[in-house]
Amino acid sequence: MAKPKVAFYWCASCGGCEEAVVDLAEDILGVVELVDIGFWPCAMDFKKADVEALPDQGIVATLLNGAIRTSEQEEMARLLRRKSQFLIAYGSCACTGGIPALANQFTREALFQFVFQDGPTNVNEAGTRPQPESIDDGHALKLPVIHEVVRSLDQVVDVDYYLPGCPPTPKLTKAAVAALVAGNLPPKGSTLAPDVALCDECPRKASKPTDLGFVEFKRPHQMLIDPQTCLLAQGIVCMGPATRGGCEALCIGGNMPCTGCFGATSRVRDQGAKILSSLAANVAPREDREIAQVLGGIPDPVGTFYRYGLAKSLLRKRVPKAE
Amino acid sequence: MSEKAWEPRIVGFFCNWCTYTAADLAGVSRMKYAPNVRVIRLMCSGRVDPQFVLDAFARGADGVLIGGCHPGDCHYAEGNYKMLRRYHLLRRMLGDMGIEPERLRLEWISAAEGDKVKSVINDMVAKIKALGPLGLPVRFQTWDGELAADGHAGREEVRHG
Amino acid sequence: MRQSMSEPVRIGFYICHCGTNIAGVVDVDRVAKYVATLPNVVVSRNYKYMCSDPGQELIQQDIRENQLNRIVVAACSPLLHERTFRNATAKAGINPFCFQMVNIREHDAWVHTDKEEATTKAIALARAAIRRVPHHKPLEVKQVAVQPGVLVVGGGIAGIHAALTLADGGQKVYLVERDLTIGGHMARFDKTFPTLDCAACILTPKMSQVRAHPNITLWSYSEVVKVDGYVGNYRVTVKRKPRYIVEDLCTGCQECVEACVYRQPKFPDEFNVGLGLRKPVFLPFPQAVPAIVSIDPGTCRVFTHPNGCKQPCVTACGDRKAIDFSQKEELVEVTVGAVIVSTGFQIFDAKRVPYYGYGVYPNVYNALEVERLVNASGPTNGELVMRNGKRPKTVGIIHCVGSRDENTNRWCSRVCCLYSLKLAHLIKERTEAEVWNFYIDMRTPGKLMEEFYNRISGEGVHLVRGKVGDVYPDPADPEGQRLVLQAEDTLLGRVLKFPVDMVVLSIGLEPAADAQQVRRTLNMSCGSEGFFLERHPKLAPVSTCNDGIYLAGCCQGPKDIPDTVAQAGAAAAEAYALVTRGYVEQEPNTAYVVEEDCSGCKSCVPLCPYNAISFVEDKKKAAINEALCKGCGTCVASCPSGSIVQNLFEDQEIFSEIEGVLANE
Repeated sequence: MAKPKVAFYWCASCGGCEEAVVDLAEDILGVVELVDIGFWPCAMDFKKADVEALPDQGIVATLLNGAIRTSEQEEMARLLRRKSQFLIAYGSCACTGGIPALANQFTREALFQFVFQDGPTNVNEAGTRPQPESIDDGHALKLPVIHEVVRSLDQVVDVDYYLPGCPPTPKLTKAAVAALVAGNLPPKGSTLAPDVALCDECPRKASKPTDLGFVEFKRPHQMLIDPQTCLLAQGIVCMGPATRGGCEALCIGGNMPCTGCFGATSRVRDQGAKILSSLAANVAPREDREIAQVLGGIPDPVGTFYRYGLAKSLLRKRVPKAE
Repeated sequence: MSEKAWEPRIVGFFCNWCTYTAADLAGVSRMKYAPNVRVIRLMCSGRVDPQFVLDAFARGADGVLIGGCHPGDCHYAEGNYKMLRRYHLLRRMLGDMGIEPERLRLEWISAAEGDKVKSVINDMVAKIKALGPLGLPVRFQTWDGELAADGHAGREEVRHG
Repeated sequence: MRQSMSEPVRIGFYICHCGTNIAGVVDVDRVAKYVATLPNVVVSRNYKYMCSDPGQELIQQDIRENQLNRIVVAACSPLLHERTFRNATAKAGINPFCFQMVNIREHDAWVHTDKEEATTKAIALARAAIRRVPHHKPLEVKQVAVQPGVLVVGGGIAGIHAALTLADGGQKVYLVERDLTIGGHMARFDKTFPTLDCAACILTPKMSQVRAHPNITLWSYSEVVKVDGYVGNYRVTVKRKPRYIVEDLCTGCQECVEACVYRQPKFPDEFNVGLGLRKPVFLPFPQAVPAIVSIDPGTCRVFTHPNGCKQPCVTACGDRKAIDFSQKEELVEVTVGAVIVSTGFQIFDAKRVPYYGYGVYPNVYNALEVERLVNASGPTNGELVMRNGKRPKTVGIIHCVGSRDENTNRWCSRVCCLYSLKLAHLIKERTEAEVWNFYIDMRTPGKLMEEFYNRISGEGVHLVRGKVGDVYPDPADPEGQRLVLQAEDTLLGRVLKFPVDMVVLSIGLEPAADAQQVRRTLNMSCGSEGFFLERHPKLAPVSTCNDGIYLAGCCQGPKDIPDTVAQAGAAAAEAYALVTRGYVEQEPNTAYVVEEDCSGCKSCVPLCPYNAISFVEDKKKAAINEALCKGCGTCVASCPSGSIVQNLFEDQEIFSEIEGVLANE
């Protein structure tokens, strides 16, 4: 009998998630013993037509990484959804929009204007913009349309499981594949990472005092960070309390704060709102001016609190100025 | 309903001991004010989770009004200060998300200030009217119009876990 | 905590007409019909008075017949009737917390006039409750023991009466009085309206009873500095200020007063509002309780002179050894089940109305000063003589000084018209002077009050309807003693100028200077004018929004002695009922940490003002002590991983409400 097929696909992301698959190293061989890789454009030569040729649900599981921000990505997401029994949002971008979703702070037009015209390294006197359809040397060319909004995978198609992380760790990936192969899967819609915040597994947990009142926030480049002490206790915004564990505190191990890539726990609807609530409530002063001064140490709340989650946040995208 | 002029919708989160009681007092005193605020009672303004504020906007609120006890008068000693601090950062964040910070308002209204309930609500309704609708649900719908017809997006919650 | 939500939700919805209070503005029928179309709603009715017995029976019958398991009532404020309907649902066998109330009276029908708008709002609010209530979980009311004992703060007539009532009922009472003696303002009055019986004659026996009562501990010259805990268990810290006299050893013989190096009284006497003099060691007034002397360190030579004093007082006290110059401030703690606040009022400072010349012209007095001047035990032994030693032949009494005045206090102080008539009578009786009363409106409601007014006006007191606009020295008086009152007689429509020897200002009543501080200490609310706020102006007139704290007397608003005593009795009865029942039911709106969800990030721990949250070291997680939690929900809103739940205010319940108020019809 043929081995079950799995697929990997890459939408709007940096490629780190593909690296994470490669990071399985020799373990990938174990996976390949159990399953056939039916589609992995990054590593092997497959075409879209190969997928189209498969029967619906002919793939057992697709691990799709990256956010959805073009018509092509949307189309591929729909195709893979149709062809897969299980569609797994792999990595922060697919789960919650990830870094690409920070583009939701701008209109598409503003981005184009900068990227193709105003950017300091641009030379584009004709003001050329990519067009969905164009004729070049007599050939009709097509480009995908860039969407106005960057979306998580589940904002486009139905998703069965979420494997968060920027990128997901090899350990969690292996555990997910093992569960998949063994047919030992949690309820649909589950996130395949612990549902407890990162502090639970943070090696610096004990060093956080129980009477923390913030008098100042600092960014990592503004100070020498003590490698033993809780980063919040040092006044550095760490998203750990509002972020799922499962990464084994990798960033903390590198003496950098958690930036929230695993997303919120299942009990939270908006990761940024929650960390905002927790940090702000624990600010020490009571007077407006002093409160504003302390909170001024967080100059970019959207970029800080929604670094990986803006697409799936309650507000989703910046409201453009009235025309 | 559609032919009617747009009226702002404002969600109020009022603390049980001061502002909610003040709104009761406004009622007992038969003061008249604009009908645009829908009040949700919480025990303390400290219970106002910023998620509630964002959720209210996402579901179509044009404004959110939080009412608590005056500083120093919180029934729970300090809850209103916690809200005050959240309010500072939340307003800044709303501004960064293109939502006029004035759409979120925090007011200290004691149990005796029924007239302040009236004046704050009337004032806020006037200000939101001047700002015009926020209409996030309509925007979400418009944005999602760029997806293929069988688009799956929208506001349905796909809950993790 | 979590119950299985397996059985299908079956909601009963009831909208109350409240006569025409709601139904006159909200289309109750339309609301009921709309709600009937919502998911999970099995029954949707409107009824004239939901809070009536038949209204409650309607709910119970529906629960039984339709197997309802959630109830929503749209009526008045939950602060008024939530308990009523919870009880009604409980009687039919549903957990009382599977109930939600919608406020469409105070928050809707009473504040809006447009029927369409009010109905739309009622629908939105009802929809929110219908969406919320499926998430409600059965909860249990916890009973908490009530400690015996009641603290009474303030020993004026209100506090005295409340303390005696409770003590007579067998309750232990701690009466805290800020001054050296109990008695308050009433002890300073001469006669009392409308009966003209002498204030001291009716007050001092009650003061003596306080002193003698085995169930009353009196802490005079003391202040409540801190109140912790909650209803039934208030831990009170009282500061006992040093009076340099050992209370238990002083017999009140006043031999020390005789012996003082100051042979004559030299210092302004507080009890006589500065009109008389006292020594540094003194008894505030003869019937003071406790009947012990005090030493004023501000005037006693032991404290004021570098060389000290020979201390003949100590010699005079002799073996009694009651004088102790080293006495220090002391803090005492006591736990009580209830607190009665009877901290009284302060008189309006007439200097705030400069055109009446109080503090400028010696012959302008405030009413309290005149009470002392006509009092037989006062500084003049009841002779009404002015600061210049003369008896007035003509007296003008100005009503509403610091009352009903846009520039000072807007409220009516209620007692001034009557005490002004009383003072007119007393002045006339003592001096045979001609007395003019200038009033805005003569307000004399209450039992026997109008009769009193008729009696006084029949005695030849001149009553002029008009507000005095100016008081100035009579240019025709070469000695510069006489004053002219300028007023418009609004009945005659003429501006009149009255030369008088003496002016009496009928000052109003104000919240005590430290009312705000007392309010914070006891976690109460104040009205806009600064008097303590009762929970409900009609139905809970002596309760406050803080359970177990009750109000009596003028701290709640100006009132006369009969009303004060009646209110003090009511407050005592409320406190008595609470303490003798022995337990209170606590609203189960406390928060709890879901242990398996908590990451132990400690963010919540410093947020609790009651130290209810601790970090459990062996589990490395936070935990909430339910007994200490008061249910504000601040930690819940602040938990970054959503791992704290507040009963009755769960996230999901509130999100459902938000969804409900904003859903499009």
